[in-house]
Amino acid sequence: MRGGRLIGLHLGLVAVLFALNFVLPAYSHGTVARVMVLATYAMGYNILFGYTGLLSLGHAMFFAAGMYGLAMPMTHLGLGAGPALLTGIGSAAVLSLGVGLLALRTRGVAFMIVTLMFSQAAWLTILLAGRWTRGDEGVVIPQADRMLLGLDLSDPSTRYLAALALFSAVLFGTLWLVRQPIGRVLVAIRENEDRAELLGYDTFRHKLGAVVLSGTVSGAAGAAYGLFFGYAGASFAETHYSIFPLLWVLLGGAGTVIGPFLGTLFMFYLIDLTSGLTPAYMLVAGVALVLLTLFAPQGLAGEIRRRWWRGLP
Amino acid sequence: MPVTKTDAGPRSPARRSAIKTLAAAAAGTASLPLWARYAGAQSAAPIRIGFQMHATGIGAAYGRWYDRTTRAALRLINEAGGINGRPVELVTEDDGTDPKRGAEVVEKFASLHRCDVGYGTLFSHVVMGSAPRAGELKLPYFVVSEGHHVASGALNRWTLQPGITDVKSQVLAMAPFVRENLGRKVTMIFPDYAFGHDHRDFFSQAIEAQGGEVVAKLAIPPTETSFTKYFAKIPRETEVIYHVMVGPSVLTFVKEMGEFFGPSRPEIFGFIDSLESVDLQSPGLDFLEGTYFWEGMPRYVQPDQTEFDRHYRAAIGIDENGALAADPSDVSAYAHMFGCWETLYVIKAGMEACGYRGPDDRAALVEAVEAMTEMPLSNDHPQGAKLFNGRTHQVFGPQYISKVENGRLVVQAETPIEAGFYPDEVDYTTQSL
Repeated sequence: MRGGRLIGLHLGLVAVLFALNFVLPAYSHGTVARVMVLATYAMGYNILFGYTGLLSLGHAMFFAAGMYGLAMPMTHLGLGAGPALLTGIGSAAVLSLGVGLLALRTRGVAFMIVTLMFSQAAWLTILLAGRWTRGDEGVVIPQADRMLLGLDLSDPSTRYLAALALFSAVLFGTLWLVRQPIGRVLVAIRENEDRAELLGYDTFRHKLGAVVLSGTVSGAAGAAYGLFFGYAGASFAETHYSIFPLLWVLLGGAGTVIGPFLGTLFMFYLIDLTSGLTPAYMLVAGVALVLLTLFAPQGLAGEIRRRWWRGLP
Repeated sequence: MPVTKTDAGPRSPARRSAIKTLAAAAAGTASLPLWARYAGAQSAAPIRIGFQMHATGIGAAYGRWYDRTTRAALRLINEAGGINGRPVELVTEDDGTDPKRGAEVVEKFASLHRCDVGYGTLFSHVVMGSAPRAGELKLPYFVVSEGHHVASGALNRWTLQPGITDVKSQVLAMAPFVRENLGRKVTMIFPDYAFGHDHRDFFSQAIEAQGGEVVAKLAIPPTETSFTKYFAKIPRETEVIYHVMVGPSVLTFVKEMGEFFGPSRPEIFGFIDSLESVDLQSPGLDFLEGTYFWEGMPRYVQPDQTEFDRHYRAAIGIDENGALAADPSDVSAYAHMFGCWETLYVIKAGMEACGYRGPDDRAALVEAVEAMTEMPLSNDHPQGAKLFNGRTHQVFGPQYISKVENGRLVVQAETPIEAGFYPDEVDYTTQSL
């Protein structure tokens, strides 16, 4: 029964998003498509931070690995969008495995610093490989090349539904994961890693799996972003794109499946609306974030779980 | 070098007569009160120009001056009767000098604000991130970037750069002066990202074509804060240092270069991009005395100042030193911001040529601008006469080479338009609208 309610909640969200495809005005339609891709990035981040308790400051490198893993073969090898999507996801998977193997030799603050440094190195690599990446300027993925399975991803409705498909797959994948024994182990590591180890779990392997899964999902979001919006640029590998998913997850509710979407949506509209009211919109956004942290420290979905629905995953 | 001032009108007789008529009408209506000027228009609804402004982020210093220039030009356009008898309204959105936000802002212009055009983007990565969305949304997107991205064919038919020359053209025009007046053996110092790579590649080819030689290429990583170790790599045979450093570290760069060379330095040539909005009297910049700079438009009033430069400065409120008349410490981005002014007048001319009525005529506006060729030196084009290439969507114009004398930039040469020509790399008119 409880499982039915949970699945109903998440199915309901997907159904609402699907219905919105037909009723949203043009600007919001494009915005929600973008938010779904970015929320996918946040959900990837949440697997590592929200469920496993590992705070990474370098996830932009995984997002960018997916984006460039897609864009480079398309630009230089003429690869089609479908295979390029796979190379993008594969690039992020390989990078996250390598980074995980090295970074997980550290803990706590050291893990944050190591991931930050790896991410800086990835950003500089993109700049230094300017002959292929066009450095900070980036590359445009031509509209004619953005065809996937015969579908034109520059078409607003197709892009929206493709974004919804990606978002839904990761949403239900995360929901499934956290309800499996492996998901429980990740939460156990977050709560007390030593105790989890004492109980016989190989915490290193579980954490490595979480890094790879989190990095791969983030990379899938990066690849999708490049494909859907036609651009891959080095700015997506900069530090603030590692901070964004942290903010989205904290706002929406770390360790909740639905929270990353709420946080991404809230943050997007907070910036978008306040920027139309005042040039000091970042100040307004900052104050709003401080207030939320003070009065809803567990984020939006976290508050729902604390106040009304303790079983919310 | 000779100055090329083209006074021939546009090629199309129909367009020429249309513009003459409109000019006469504008002159007549300028004397009327504001409400009466727009009364004869089919629609009194304003034309909306979406201004993608770098209000925050790394481009903010430029953005502030692009904003002032834009507002001054639009004030004059509105005082003269607007466009097609309709007032022009500016819709400004901050893109944070970020390509992701830039794309979102373009979406906002097209879908939310119902702007007629998008306009004003400077930084190349923001242009690259935004242009695909402008193309998909079929929003004419007028950039003021000086990047080679438009003419390279990387973008789309909806993106145009009719108000400022591109870096490739600028560099090509500089090479003959450097070779003939400063030296043959050049060491290049440039930031290790796309902007610097463009200079490296284009100038290397151009100086070799002039019989010169680049003896060293020193790429400075973007995170660098100290430069002395790079100066040690400059070969002894160097006759000219070519630098294009940009960003907040430029003052350190110049100071350390002065400490390294002392009084015996090679000739030095740089792009003023490094020192836009920076007072040349700033402490540490005295080493630049006697060095040369490319300028898009001379910051300091020159003895042969044109009436058009006088008109342009007065409209924005800029003094003879290129600073805000009301605050001489507020130095302008004079070498670039004319591009905003001229682009707005191109939009105006394009809308008038095609009888623009609303967003349904956006494609006609693109075609009207593509049909433009010669743009005479005038109040609309105070930087100089220009030639627009409708196939590549890129304008070509004169460049200025100035020398720092007594802390002021004094023009030494003005290059002709043709000095910046290069073969077309794209024909956007073959793409559908």
